[in-house]
Amino acid sequence: MEEREKVVEIRGLVKSFGDLDVLKGVDLDLFREENLVVLGKSGSGKSVLIKIMVGLLKQDAGTLKVLGQEVSKMNKKELNALRLKIGFSFQNSALYDSMTVRENMEFPLVRNEKNLTRKDINKRIEELLDSVGLPQTINQMPSELSGGQKKRIGIARTLILNPEIMLYDEPTAGLDPITCGDINNLILEVRDRYKTSSIVITHDLTCAKQTGDRMAVLLDGQFDAVGTFEEVFPNAEDERIKTFYDYNFINS
Amino acid sequence: MAEESGDRKPLLSKKIDKFFTGLADAWNFVRRFFQEVFIPPYEFKEVIQQCYRIGVESLPLISLTGFIVGIVFTNQSRPSLSEFGAASWLPSLISIAVVRAMGPLVTALIAAGKVGSSIGAEIGSMKVTEQIDAMEVSATNPFKFLVVSRVLATTLMIPLLVMYTDFVALMGSFLSVNANEMVSMTTFFVQVFEAITFLDIISSVLKSVLFGFTIGIVGCYKGYNSSKGTEGVGRAANAAVVMAMFLIFIEELLVLQLVNAIRGM
Repeated sequence: MEEREKVVEIRGLVKSFGDLDVLKGVDLDLFREENLVVLGKSGSGKSVLIKIMVGLLKQDAGTLKVLGQEVSKMNKKELNALRLKIGFSFQNSALYDSMTVRENMEFPLVRNEKNLTRKDINKRIEELLDSVGLPQTINQMPSELSGGQKKRIGIARTLILNPEIMLYDEPTAGLDPITCGDINNLILEVRDRYKTSSIVITHDLTCAKQTGDRMAVLLDGQFDAVGTFEEVFPNAEDERIKTFYDYNFINS
Repeated sequence: MAEESGDRKPLLSKKIDKFFTGLADAWNFVRRFFQEVFIPPYEFKEVIQQCYRIGVESLPLISLTGFIVGIVFTNQSRPSLSEFGAASWLPSLISIAVVRAMGPLVTALIAAGKVGSSIGAEIGSMKVTEQIDAMEVSATNPFKFLVVSRVLATTLMIPLLVMYTDFVALMGSFLSVNANEMVSMTTFFVQVFEAITFLDIISSVLKSVLFGFTIGIVGCYKGYNSSKGTEGVGRAANAAVVMAMFLIFIEELLVLQLVNAIRGM
């Protein structure tokens, strides 16, 4: 059987904030062109995990390799080179609210690809806005956009540098079910069209089921279950995972 | 009782620890500014935008305040001078007061309130809403874009605003002098320029540069280090103003001592 290429490899990752141990020796792999969903309670360390991946936080122990490179050992220049290959979609979209959508989109582009002409930049922005279905928002300010539109623009902005890996932090948080469905479809579309490998952080099981090839459940600082949705959830024996599933699919 | 004293001891050391950590953080922030200001790429567009926001958008407030300061100070000084039959010295007195102290100080205090708080709140809210992290993960340098550009803009614009305030305050003073003592504009300004020295102008510019840098760096530092949440943004804006005003008074005092020492040579 052909071995799949690992784009992220995490071994024994430990992270604490003061006395609070958030990640207690986490192991995880992300394979090329797969969507891996990381599930867990609020405050379980899901976002911490992906922030370590892009060097926003540093682990206390363990190794985290992205595209074969150990993130914690990189200097600033190497880290920035790696960051160009990773798209990070923030929970609250993190659009720059003093800039229009166009300026938001071109902000990373003009600073990282200096040889592009104005025509190339405009073409790339328009293409991406088309692909997220929001070409009409190009001159709008973020304050004029809805939550779902902000998420889409945020994703488009991260795609502008052609990343190999996408990290989605709670992509459906605070959105209505219809918009959640749209965002879930967009996540799948991004993987298929741009051939990205993705980690989707969420506690929304509908989002997980729809977007994920594999699930990883983070409980008490460790991944307790990793596998497909069917392997992890419907017949889970772990009471905590069962509660998670029941609450999402039965209570709601 | 024993428990109480046991609680107090770490609390005191914690505060001292926090004070020195804060001081070291602030020092590193200033040092980072000087390291990054000379290294390309330069954010010229953002610097110009900030210069416009800080300079041009402050003009109405500065104009009104400077004008009122000129009139009020003239009207307040007149009775005392008149008592000694020295009302004709008003232009000299006002020019020295405005150029040496009031112009820079009034402009800096107004800018600390208007510009410092706006920088603190803007950067603070960007921090809280992860916009700074978003810049970082897109391989751009948020420090250069946000901090260097704003500090440069305040450092460049405050001296210009001070010169403008000096002019507007002197115009206000002239109106008052003209209405009461029937002094012509030429006579007024001849007296004004006779009273001020080159050292006055240099010290005024030097102070303004220092005040501008202080307003920018304190606003950026407080915003950049604001804690999570909207409360943190409010605190950052507030702390930016209070800290900048406090430092402005200290700097005023230090520059005054330095200039007096030079004058005494």
